[in-house]
Amino acid sequence: MLAAGREGPADRASNTGATLIESFLPASAAGIIELLSPAPVGWGGTLLVGLLHSLEIAVGATIVGLLIGTWGAYGKLYGGPVVRDLFAVYTTVVRAVPELVLILLLYYAGTDLINQVLTAMGYQRVDISGLVAGIAVLGFVQGAYSTEVIRGAILAIPQGQIEAARAFGMSPGLLLRRITLPAMLPFAIPGLANLWLIATKDTALLAVVGFFELTLATRQAAGVTKAYLVFFLAAGVLYLCVTLVSNFLLGRAEKWARRGMPSLKEAH
Amino acid sequence: MSAVAAAKVPSGEARDGAAEAIHVENLHKKFGQLHVLKGVSLSARDGEVIAIIGGSGSGKSTLLRCINCLENPTSGIIRVNGEEIKLKADSHGHTIPADRRQIERIRSKLGMVFQNFNLWSHMTLIENVIEVPVHVLGVKRDEAIAQAEKLLARVGLAEKRDVYPAYLSGGQQQRAAIARALAINPRVMLFDEPTSALDPELVGEVLKVIGDLAREGRTMVLVTHEMKFAREVATHVVYLYNGLVEEEGPPEQIFGAPKSERLKQFIRNIG
Repeated sequence: MLAAGREGPADRASNTGATLIESFLPASAAGIIELLSPAPVGWGGTLLVGLLHSLEIAVGATIVGLLIGTWGAYGKLYGGPVVRDLFAVYTTVVRAVPELVLILLLYYAGTDLINQVLTAMGYQRVDISGLVAGIAVLGFVQGAYSTEVIRGAILAIPQGQIEAARAFGMSPGLLLRRITLPAMLPFAIPGLANLWLIATKDTALLAVVGFFELTLATRQAAGVTKAYLVFFLAAGVLYLCVTLVSNFLLGRAEKWARRGMPSLKEAH
Repeated sequence: MSAVAAAKVPSGEARDGAAEAIHVENLHKKFGQLHVLKGVSLSARDGEVIAIIGGSGSGKSTLLRCINCLENPTSGIIRVNGEEIKLKADSHGHTIPADRRQIERIRSKLGMVFQNFNLWSHMTLIENVIEVPVHVLGVKRDEAIAQAEKLLARVGLAEKRDVYPAYLSGGQQQRAAIARALAINPRVMLFDEPTSALDPELVGEVLKVIGDLAREGRTMVLVTHEMKFAREVATHVVYLYNGLVEEEGPPEQIFGAPKSERLKQFIRNIG
């Protein structure tokens, strides 16, 4: 720094700027690498563990959501009046209430309810793992959206193909497995891909109930080191990588699911 | 035997010899207020080709679709292979099959060919043809493939075995659909207006395949608008008018010397 007496107004301004930048960025690129390194001095490992937990939740919730969604779509399309009404209430309520509220409600109220039931039946209280609770809660939310995506996709199947399967003596289970599910897939994949990407990011909401996923890990790392910009940018890049890899894989999946359909470019 | 069969001309005598593959008696079908079938009887013996003709809305497709319960009849008796389809009323008073497994078993003996082909779009032709043998009838996969290749060759589609239906013409798709129906080794083939959705120049190739099947003595029930074809291949023709059998008999009689005024007019209009 220059001597105080010779410092002009311009110098003072640039000085403030530098301080501002320094507050976000550590002194050097080497410092950034050190902060992000996976070995204990850095916090990269913590972030990667958080990412792994996020992905576990997202994959689990998507699987639960797809199972609920398939049942829900079938129930809404082919079920009796009671089944249809139940699924209508489920999809309406879940899609009406903010996910954060649902997560808080289901996480705290849900675990409390289970423990109350257990104590009433004379069992010990249990600690429900954050992973299981997270998958259950997000899966429940995903299920409502999946129900509607899959229901729409089943409606888009040319009904003659389902009729042909019935005409050849397929049982309902076989028809679902061999005809309905593969035939609806090309119509469902774009919607389900959206839901998967939303699921990867909804895992961040579980930070509020203290589940150690990527966002909470980032907050911890940033809070300790004060390098907020570095860590939140790093987390952003990790989320982006998940999306890019997902896009690639989902693109392949969609191409496979549409294998029997000429591309739109070929049609005139 | 249906009531009308008693009034049969001499050529009908052969009908009484063979076993009855399909027997329909006094069949009624209502869609809400609409009374589509008002007591139709029909019989198909082994080796017979029954052509069902009639104007639009006469109930001919509904009759065919009731035989394998794609439409549930409101009342009446249906026997396939001598086995009567058990029906019951559901909670809304609609008639439905009483025994799902029975109806599935019966359906797997009836080879249905649809107006719009209805091939499964996510499967190649060979996969379409082996699907029911492998997954419903429990045939071994390699056996099913060997048989399916023969059937595809027979309908002239051997080199299209690995092509998806969407890449084929309507005529090719319908021929593949016939191969799919033949693959279950059906007791009876059911055709629901198999050429109505085809471009005129593609009708011939499909009729040729169906004609060959008729000539080799396969039992068939055929709903059609192709009068010339019905006259050529059918052993027995049923003319439906407004949900009832207006006239039936051998093709020479139906097309050559129709008795009913409505049938005369129908043939005039079509010709």
